Amino acid sequence: MSFLNISHLEKSFGPTRVVKDFNLSVEKGEFISLLGPSGCGKTTVLRMVAGFEEPSSGAILISGKDVVKLRPNQRNIGMVFQSYALFPNLTVAQNVGFGLKVKGAGSAEIRTRVGEMLELIGLPDLGGRYPFQLSGGQQQRVALARALAPKPHMLLLDEPLSALDAKVRVSLRNEIRSIQKELGITTIFVTHDQEEALSMSDRIVVMHAGIAEQVGTPSDIYSRPATRFVAGFVGTLNTIEAEVLDSAIGRLRLAGVETILNRPVPDGTVTLGLRPEAVSLGQNGHDTAVTGTITEVDFLGSVIRLRADLGGQTIAFDTFNTPGTAPPTLGEKVVLGLRSADLLVIED
Amino acid sequence: MRKAASWAILLLGMAYFILPLIGMVEFSLSMKRGEYSFEAYRVVLADPRFRETFMYSVVMALLTIAFGVFLVVPTAFWVRLKMPWIRPYIEFVTLLPLVIPAIVIVFGYIRLYNTSSWLPLTGSLTGTNALLLFGYMTLSLPYMYRAIDTGLRTIDVATLTEAAQSLGAGWVTILAKVILPNVLVAVLSGAFVTFAIVMGEFTLAALLNRPAFGPYLQLMGANRAYEPFALSTIAFVITWACMGLLNLVTRFSKFDKAPR
Ligand SMILES: Nc1ncnc2c1ncn2[C@@H]1O[C@H](COP(=O)(O)OP(=O)(O)OP(=O)(O)O)[C@@H](O)[C@H]1O
Ligand SMILES: [Mg+2]
Repeated sequence: MSFLNISHLEKSFGPTRVVKDFNLSVEKGEFISLLGPSGCGKTTVLRMVAGFEEPSSGAILISGKDVVKLRPNQRNIGMVFQSYALFPNLTVAQNVGFGLKVKGAGSAEIRTRVGEMLELIGLPDLGGRYPFQLSGGQQQRVALARALAPKPHMLLLDEPLSALDAKVRVSLRNEIRSIQKELGITTIFVTHDQEEALSMSDRIVVMHAGIAEQVGTPSDIYSRPATRFVAGFVGTLNTIEAEVLDSAIGRLRLAGVETILNRPVPDGTVTLGLRPEAVSLGQNGHDTAVTGTITEVDFLGSVIRLRADLGGQTIAFDTFNTPGTAPPTLGEKVVLGLRSADLLVIED
Repeated sequence: MRKAASWAILLLGMAYFILPLIGMVEFSLSMKRGEYSFEAYRVVLADPRFRETFMYSVVMALLTIAFGVFLVVPTAFWVRLKMPWIRPYIEFVTLLPLVIPAIVIVFGYIRLYNTSSWLPLTGSLTGTNALLLFGYMTLSLPYMYRAIDTGLRTIDVATLTEAAQSLGAGWVTILAKVILPNVLVAVLSGAFVTFAIVMGEFTLAALLNRPAFGPYLQLMGANRAYEPFALSTIAFVITWACMGLLNLVTRFSKFDKAPR
C-alpha cells in the first residue's frame, strides 16, 4: 500500500465537473508534480488533499487511513501558497513557530526547532524581521520553513515559484528539491511550468481538463507521451503525417521516404511525433534521411532553431552554433537524419 | 492671488470651527466674576452625580466595545470567508441604525421586553442595563462593521485562514491570533467612535431611565449656566484624546506598513 492513495476522486462546482476520476498513488518520500494548463484542476486536487475542498466522490487515503472526513487542521499536512501567506503581524521566527505553538509545544522546543528551520532555509539571521521586510524569495523560504516546522506527514506546494522572478525561481526550485530530499518528505508540487516539473520531480502527473492524462517519470513523460495532449504540452513536438504501407511491421512513407518502425501501427495514415533534438542536420548515421528546404532560422545563442519544409509538412529542429561553421540559410536544401526509433506514434 | 484665496478660505473654515470652541472654553472659565478660574470644573468634578454617570457611561462604552468586537469580528470574518454573497445584505442591516431613529428602537424595546412580556428585561436593573447595552451596540454597528470589514479587506483572509488551518489552528486560534491582530487598527477606530457615541448618547439612556452621562449633560444644560460648558469642554477633550490615541496606534503598529 502506498503512502498516499487517491482513488476515483471527483469534484464538481455546481454542474461543472472540474476533476474527473482522478487516481494516484504516491510512495513515501516521493516528489510528485501536478502539471497542466491553467484551469485543468491542479489546485482543486491539491486542496482536496489538504482538506480545503470536499470531494464530490472518491477516496483519499494517507497511510491507509481515509482522511476525507478530517478537517484541514487535523490532517498534519504542510502547505505552501503562491502568495506566501505569511502572517503579517508575526515575525519570521513567530511565523515559523506558529504550527508548533498551536500544537502546544514548549517555548524552548519551539526556539530550537525555529533555529533549525531558519538554518535549513539559509536565513538564520532574519528571525526578528517582519514579512514585509523580506524579498519575495525570502518570504517563500520562510513559508516553506513554517510549513515544515511542525513535521507534517506531507508537503503540498501550489505554484510556489510563480510570483518570483526567473533567477530566484531556478535557485529556489533546486533548494526546495534538496530540502525535500534531505527530509525525505512526501511532496506534491503544483505547477504549469513544464521545466519546473521535469527538473524537480520523481514522477509527474500531466493533467488536462480534470483528467490525469499520464503519470510517469520525467523521462517517460518526455520521451513516451501517452496521449496527444501530453506530447503537445510537454516540450516542443513536431507532428508528421505518414502513410502506412504495412501496419504489422510499421512500414511507413513519410515525406517521400520509407522507414520501418518495427512495431505494429494502425492502418491508413498515422500521426508521428518527433522531438526537435532527435533531428540532425545531415544524415550522421541515422537510419532515415529526408530532404527539406529551410524556411526559418532562429538564432537563440548557443543553439539555432531551424524550420524546414518537407514537401508540405514543417518540422522544427535545433543545431548547435558551432564556431567557424555558417548555419544553414533560408531557402537552402538540406538533408535531415532521423532514427525510426525516435518516432512516436500518436493516438488520438 | 490663488494662494491668498486659499488662505482666506482656510482661515474662514478654521474660524468657523474654532471660534465657538474658544467661546465655549472661555465661558466655562468665567464662573467667577472678573477673573478666569477653573471654578466651574471644580463644581462639576465635585458633583457626585457627575462621577457616577461618567463612570456608568465609561463602563457601558467599554462593554459595548467588547461585545461589539466579539459580535462583529467573527461575523465580518465569516461573511468574507464563507458567504461573500450575503455581504450586501449584512451591510444593509448594519446601516439600518443610521436611518431608524434611536427613539423608535427604544420604544420597540420597551414594548417587546416590558414587565408583562415573555422576556421582561425592563423588570430588573441588570435586564435594563443589558437592554441599553444592546441598544448601544446597535447604534455603533454601522461604524464598527464598516471599520472592521474595511480592515479585513486589507488582508488576504481566505489564504491566511487556510495557512493557519494547515498548521493545525482551529477557528478560535485563527480569530484570536491571525485575524484580530491584523485588523486591530480598524477595530480600534471602530472602538473610539463607539466610545464617543456612547458617552454622548441621550435617548436610549433617558427612556430606559438609566443614570448615564448623556441625560446628566442634558439635565445640567437645562438648569445651570457655567457647568454645562465645562462639561462640554471635558467631553471635547475626551473625544480628541480618543482621536489622538487612534493616530498613535496607527502610527506605531509595527507591521502595518505597505509591503515593498
Ligand atoms: N470555488 C470554485 N467555484 C467554482 N468553480 C471553481 C472553484 N474553484 C475552481 N473552480 C473551477 O475549477 C476549474 C479548475 O480550477 P483549478 O483552480 O483547480 O485550476 P488550476 O489547474 O489550479 O489552474 P491554475 O493553473 O490557473 O491555477 C476552473 O475552471 C475553475 O474555474
Ligand atoms: Mg491553481
